[in-house]
Amino acid sequence: MVHYNASLEDTEFYKLQRRVVLRNCGVIDPESIDEYIAVDGYAALGKALTSMTPAQVVDEIKASGLRGRGGGGFPTGMKWSFTAAQNNPVKYVVCNADEGDPGAFMDRSVLEGDPHCIIEGMALCGYATGAHEGYVYVRAEYPIAVKRLGKAIEDARAYGLLGKDIFGSGFDFDLYLRLGAGAFVCGEETALMTSIEGNRGEPRPRPPYPAVSGLFKKPTTENNVETFANVAQIILNGADWFASVGTERSKGTKVFALGGKINNTGLVEVPMGTTLRQIVEVVGGGIPNGKHFKAAQTGGPSGGCIPASMIDIEIDYDNLVAQGAMMGSGGMIIMDEDTCMVDIAKFFLQFTVDESCGKCTACRIGTKRLYELLEKITDGKGTLEDLDTMETLCRYIKDNSLCGLGQTAPNPVLSTYSRFPEEYKAHVVDKKCPAGVCKSLLTYVIDPEKCKGCTACARVCPVGAISGTVKEPHVIDAAKCIKCGSCMERCKFGAISKK
Amino acid sequence: MSEEKLVNLKINGIDVSVPEGTTVLLAARKAGIRIPTLCWLKDINEIGACRICVVENEVKGARKLIAACTFPVSEGMVIYTNSPKVIESRKTTLQLLLSNHKMECLSCVRSGNCELQALCKEYGVEDAHRFDGFRSTWAIDDSAPHMYRDNEKCILCRRCVAVCSKTQACSVIGANDRGIDTHIACAFERGLADVACVSCGQCIVACPTGALSEKDDTQKVFDALNDPKKHVIIQTAPSVRVQLGEEFGMPIGSLVTGKMVSSLRMLGFEKVFDTNFAADMTIMEEATEFLKRYKEKDNLPMTTSCSPGWVKYIEYYYPELLPHVSSTKSPQGIFGSIAKTYYAEKMGWDPADVFCVSAMPCTAKKFEAQRYEHTAVKGLPDIDAVLTTRELGRMIRKMGIMWDELPEGEFDAPFGLGSGAGTIFGATGGVMEAALRTAYEVVSGQKLPDDKLDFTAVRGTQGIKEADIDIPTPEGETLTIHVAVASGLVNAKQILEWIKSGEKNYDFVEIMACPGGCVNGGGQPIQPADVRNFTDIRKIRAEALYRDDLGLPIRRSHENPDVTAMYEGFFGEPGSEKAEEIMHTVYIPRKQY
Amino acid sequence: MKSLEELAAIKARMQDKVIMREGSGQIRVVVGMATCGIAAGARPVLDRFVEDVEKEGLADRVAVKQTGCIGICQYEPVVEVHEGGKDKVTYVKMTAEKVDEIVEKHIKGGQPVLEYTITHVGD
Repeated sequence: MVHYNASLEDTEFYKLQRRVVLRNCGVIDPESIDEYIAVDGYAALGKALTSMTPAQVVDEIKASGLRGRGGGGFPTGMKWSFTAAQNNPVKYVVCNADEGDPGAFMDRSVLEGDPHCIIEGMALCGYATGAHEGYVYVRAEYPIAVKRLGKAIEDARAYGLLGKDIFGSGFDFDLYLRLGAGAFVCGEETALMTSIEGNRGEPRPRPPYPAVSGLFKKPTTENNVETFANVAQIILNGADWFASVGTERSKGTKVFALGGKINNTGLVEVPMGTTLRQIVEVVGGGIPNGKHFKAAQTGGPSGGCIPASMIDIEIDYDNLVAQGAMMGSGGMIIMDEDTCMVDIAKFFLQFTVDESCGKCTACRIGTKRLYELLEKITDGKGTLEDLDTMETLCRYIKDNSLCGLGQTAPNPVLSTYSRFPEEYKAHVVDKKCPAGVCKSLLTYVIDPEKCKGCTACARVCPVGAISGTVKEPHVIDAAKCIKCGSCMERCKFGAISKK
Repeated sequence: MSEEKLVNLKINGIDVSVPEGTTVLLAARKAGIRIPTLCWLKDINEIGACRICVVENEVKGARKLIAACTFPVSEGMVIYTNSPKVIESRKTTLQLLLSNHKMECLSCVRSGNCELQALCKEYGVEDAHRFDGFRSTWAIDDSAPHMYRDNEKCILCRRCVAVCSKTQACSVIGANDRGIDTHIACAFERGLADVACVSCGQCIVACPTGALSEKDDTQKVFDALNDPKKHVIIQTAPSVRVQLGEEFGMPIGSLVTGKMVSSLRMLGFEKVFDTNFAADMTIMEEATEFLKRYKEKDNLPMTTSCSPGWVKYIEYYYPELLPHVSSTKSPQGIFGSIAKTYYAEKMGWDPADVFCVSAMPCTAKKFEAQRYEHTAVKGLPDIDAVLTTRELGRMIRKMGIMWDELPEGEFDAPFGLGSGAGTIFGATGGVMEAALRTAYEVVSGQKLPDDKLDFTAVRGTQGIKEADIDIPTPEGETLTIHVAVASGLVNAKQILEWIKSGEKNYDFVEIMACPGGCVNGGGQPIQPADVRNFTDIRKIRAEALYRDDLGLPIRRSHENPDVTAMYEGFFGEPGSEKAEEIMHTVYIPRKQY
Repeated sequence: MKSLEELAAIKARMQDKVIMREGSGQIRVVVGMATCGIAAGARPVLDRFVEDVEKEGLADRVAVKQTGCIGICQYEPVVEVHEGGKDKVTYVKMTAEKVDEIVEKHIKGGQPVLEYTITHVGD
């Protein structure tokens, strides 16, 4: 063997990774069903259809400990068993590929890089639960995923891997694509089904649960892309193989979209139980520019922040929830000391405010009012009473919202408030933003000791807030200053700072 | 019937057993506990959206809020409907709703009859401005002839949306935009006038707040009353007399004909006439038309034409079936036609000076009044202003008329005499029954005994009723007439589909746009969902009409002496050329998009 | 697909084309062509590989394929070269110009252009 030490596998970024879901991404041609078959594709389906009963398939998934990768972490095998128990000739399998978390693209990568593994996973689910039809709900903003998955479905049909009497087993299964129009709420399972049915994508009350009355009021199993991507591997290699990776209650691997203030950004697949420190320092290669790690945000707009003090947390479903965060679909945003936690909470909340479907009062109006409170705080107009109202409103929205979107919308606020209360108080009491992010609370000042009077700052100031004579220290008129930061950028002597 | 499985649960410590599948809300009622609702309309809108009905569900020691209106009971459930957390949550929900609500409560048309206002009072929402912030602003949609939509008063309960699609099969409104910008409107923000809305007004009676209201024509009528040149006359539809009382706090189903007539006279109407008379005229024309078409097998089944919402529905949605609709004008139209021709001539009035008002249970009548296709006097509308029962109540209150003190008044002659057949027009099946009373006696030449006068097969509030009516002919044969009666447009749609497919062969079909007929019309006094969900107001109101019918001296349209006189002195025979000219009309196929 | 044998036959036929056997002399070049790769400029890179292989008459032993996301966003476009018996080489921040050099030196000459590989290129 000739060694070059010049491949992805030779990097620190890769060393802690373990690729189960992404095993074929970057390896095979996603538009070739033959290449998928070359790497054991459809072997699991063949195995299940020719040598396992549906109940055995459900049991295998149960034994593997696989939990839903869409966010909630519900045990997949149990979910399948609920649908399997329903006595109804028409059932459905639905794949949630409406990946909407800002900064998350795990599902897109799988659909674009290995579409057949989703087809195989769904067919296995169909066999296990007694469903003969499946829908993949993909957001229309993923045109390449749509194209490749569409081709994969056609190829699978042409090979008889979808359709009638697959592997001569008598099992029929077919798949259809449905495109979402980009509403975040359609990632909520009941809203997704309402959308597939041709209606405005809005969630509906549960119960009845989809396993009993889901798509078109029929028993339905809904899982996300990453969950289905694990299924064939479990059937092929056995539940024990899968369960050998991970923590006691979270088995297998998890794909994260690593982003933010981190050296290596990208898609990483690590075993459950990998510590946050390993992800930040080893896989992520640390924080750029010598800054300090402040917090990691997981779970997108439904999730929360894990502070630096918790950096040794082993990442799995239950540990994250215990810390007021959640796995979510796998977005992981790393923040450094320059991140204002109130601002970041406001950022995520803005997303839910915009994406609320508007059906229930708690989410439609509640999140907007919560956002307004945060705005007031970052504007320096907040009071201690506002902090109390903020917390009360958070609890109200969590308790009263109709669906998961609303129930989790306050999480970014609650988790930052519980982890960084002093930052909130600084905004409210001292009228300061410690991270120097919230514009209304900043003042730019010129250090007369350092200022050489070069006039560069005065020339760049768009509002004429800087005055002074040449070769004399200049001053900024705080009343005129719009806090754009141009002067600070321009100053060659480091004389301008923000406080 | 199979035995229902009972589920046992505890609500506020009270043991309750209810059938499986019952919601927590209904189970609580069984325990004597009323849970407040806003979005919930039983069997129509069960979406758990407003969150006002939340209750605490204790599972393994932990309590979680659930929406009682949709959450089914389960064995051993422990529910708290009035815990501090529940009360606080409901209060916050109300405060949030108020924070995005146009607070015109002092003068709002629904003030005093607003479900949001009632709950705010009930829950002591003193700090109505707790969450004030951004408020969405919307232009009022006043494009339609019959109603306003003011989205700034809308709480997005979606009751109007559900009624429009589920009971009226129109679906012209829905939610647009999302988040705080969510609002109810037509597709692509079109005005209601530019979509296939049939003007039935069912959305208005479903609305808990003042977001939806009828176009208020009271000022137009006051202006006419104050114009010395005008001869302002009014007709009152059959169902108004059994509902106007509700506007003044009387029990549902109070018959108030006398007080109504007195109040109208006090309002200053020169003549107070009865639409029941015109209904009798309608029967004469329609029964004649039917018998002719039945003999000639001309476009059977023939359907009735007195419900303007229904007429507009078939024009929009099944224009190819329009030849089935009777060409007879509605009672409102016939009255207006006669008033501006025969009556104006008789009184020596210039028809242009006759201001013809009608008091109607219906918002679609406002639309019908604007139909100029076939008015009796060219260039003049048959009807100048339509007042819904609600508007009439408003005028009476505004003029300080003391309702309780009103004497029993009597209609003016010659159009003040109506038969019992005319009065039951207000309930589903009533037009059919009225027509059958006349058709039977005309065809058979025999008088029906009084105890055979009630065609009970076509009575009742079911959406679709069918019957075969045997009429003996003088030749000793029996004519069997297949009839059907439908109310609520979703049922009308079913009938039309059957007609189209040939699955059913009816001869005569009565259709009312509103479920239950005019007694549940879009212009009737609004009963809150809390009442509508648990009381069949259609049934109670209809019963009052049947009582009225029973008590009237004349119960057959063709026995109404004013009707007979009208034909003898003016029209000649039913279906005569003059009758066709004045009392019949044409319809317009309309495009949905 | 009516039997496991049919599946096995396809696998047998395809296996060597995806996993390079030692001594076969076959080379497989995969270009990351997920949305992220394409956005970073992977298409001209893929096109240039196809052109060069054609031009140099290498088509019988070099297969150029698209693949999905390899996971390293800041290094896109990414190209990996697989050859039996040799370590995989991951080229990053690829351009069409780099392709010419890689074809010349690596594909034809057997010597990877190490300065373009992931372990040598900084962010």
